[in-house]
Amino acid sequence: MRTTWMVLRRLGVSLITLLGAATLTFFALRLVPVDPAFAILGAGQQQVEISPEVLAVVRQEYHLDEPLIVQYFLYLGRLVRGDLGMSYVQEQPVSQLLAAQAGPTVALALAATLLAIVISLVGGVLTAGRRLPSWISSGVELVLASTPVFWLGFILMLIFAVWLRALPILDSGDLRSLILPALTLALPAAALLLQVLRQSLDDALEQPFILSARARGLGTLAVTVKHALRHAAVPYLTMLGFSFGALLGGAAITETLFSRPGLGRLLVDSVASQDIPVVIGVVLAGTAVFILVNTLVDLSYGLVDPRVRETGRTSVEPTQAVGADAEHTDAERTDTERKEVVA
Amino acid sequence: MSGAVVAEAVTARQHVRWRGWVRFAADLGTLLCAIVLVLFVLAALWPQLLTSLDPLAADRALILAPPGPGHPLGTDEIGRDVYARIVYGARSSLVLGFGAVLISLFFGTILGLVAGLSNRVISTITLRLTDIGAAFPELVLAILILALFGGGLATATIAIGIAGIPYYVRVVRGETLRVRTSTYIEASRGMGLSRSTVLGRHLLPNAVRPVIVIATIGLGGATLAGAALSFLGLGSPPPTPEWGSMLSNARNFLTLGWWAAVFPGLAITLFVISTTVLGRRLQARLEGRG
Repeated sequence: MRTTWMVLRRLGVSLITLLGAATLTFFALRLVPVDPAFAILGAGQQQVEISPEVLAVVRQEYHLDEPLIVQYFLYLGRLVRGDLGMSYVQEQPVSQLLAAQAGPTVALALAATLLAIVISLVGGVLTAGRRLPSWISSGVELVLASTPVFWLGFILMLIFAVWLRALPILDSGDLRSLILPALTLALPAAALLLQVLRQSLDDALEQPFILSARARGLGTLAVTVKHALRHAAVPYLTMLGFSFGALLGGAAITETLFSRPGLGRLLVDSVASQDIPVVIGVVLAGTAVFILVNTLVDLSYGLVDPRVRETGRTSVEPTQAVGADAEHTDAERTDTERKEVVA
Repeated sequence: MSGAVVAEAVTARQHVRWRGWVRFAADLGTLLCAIVLVLFVLAALWPQLLTSLDPLAADRALILAPPGPGHPLGTDEIGRDVYARIVYGARSSLVLGFGAVLISLFFGTILGLVAGLSNRVISTITLRLTDIGAAFPELVLAILILALFGGGLATATIAIGIAGIPYYVRVVRGETLRVRTSTYIEASRGMGLSRSTVLGRHLLPNAVRPVIVIATIGLGGATLAGAALSFLGLGSPPPTPEWGSMLSNARNFLTLGWWAAVFPGLAITLFVISTTVLGRRLQARLEGRG
């Protein structure tokens, strides 16, 4: 019963956060120091000639003659129905544009996430508890985490496409052209995941139950895989949810760099053409996915770590917060808090 | 002496030797990072000290010339010296990095103190607002702000600064809660010090010190985000030399002149590595390690 309550509560918090994000974008559009109709049409910065007919259409579509609070609720009502407005450059509903571009980005994000998980798990298991491999690996992680995503993409392009001629440089539609962009996105994420994973594996390897497993004759690798990995699950999942956000921003860069279609490219192009409804549509869709992923990560803690089910707390909870903030249960732990734990 | 004891002593000595090498390497690394950082700050303040070439002067006879005498890192697609542009580009990148971190730090500290010190209602409201801010992926939020308020170095700095605030709020709040319940704050209250004295002299310095370390590490992240925005064409306008936009231009000439793309990226990476290593070193110091 308590678990159901926790899950419901967490879902409620996510919904409120999503509502807040939508509210923020609504008022951000009104903060632009020009007529909202001009802002929606992307004439906020440049002096563009806009015909009175177009302005009238925008005013009517966004109910700009109504009081602000009425506009706000109409806006929320349209969001609930999945209506994100019209693109004024492409003259199509924003939701249709999003649906058309979602496929390649989902494929890229999934491939990158999968690669990052495989690289970090293999790296973590092989280097945890071993001095020299750990040392080398943390050097590589530092470099990868400090590298601009687009520069990493250049280097991979140079090596695999220009010098070795092994992979296509730009999008050709087949699966092979997915490898370089996915690797570009995956490597920095894998570096962060690996840092977190090895640290928690090292912590777990110090525990008494590991000693008893070793006393039964298990080697380092077996102990790591069979006993320590489970203990590292919660911080690892936390980092995975967090790096998913970086993935969404990274998709904008990677898709531009590799001339791939997708939501990130749509976002960048729409910013350039000042197609504000599309910009807001992509941002809200990305934010919704980010919130969803982090909610799932939070809910998965109980599945991977029985201690969370028992106590409602995770082993990664910073001890400093326990005394001062004891009423804070795991269900309430929210995105920034988890970032804090990760750091 | 039995064999086992000797073996143990040998391992212990090897262990000490190993630790010594690690410490030496770490010190050397820290020193190198400090030197790199000083060089970048010099480049940002007085670029003329590090190069006599003009970052805007295009030599049409030397388009995409490979690294060699005269142009140590080669020339770009219109014959400008890549090294000079990297040196002059440090200013935009560092202004953006430092500016964005200062914005995050300032507002993050204020909101974090409010969340940590005020009553439950105000604290909860602040935290929920922070959550909403944190619900946006950072780079995506920065792009949204730039789309609404226009591109350029100043807007990009503010956008990245705002996108970073939620993280600092959480850290400052956590530290405030930790410090607030510590015995020395209790003691200073017990000594009859006024609320503002306790806050200003004891609580604030202790709660903010770890945040300074995080800001040092965050400097690298902010610089990376800034370079990403210029790469997408949302940062400093051309022809101002800037690392991200240099890479963006060089992208179309990758097969003709790799140097125009590789070296600016190397500059960003070196800068970010230096701030990260120095930040972690500071952190270790603060926590009583190393």
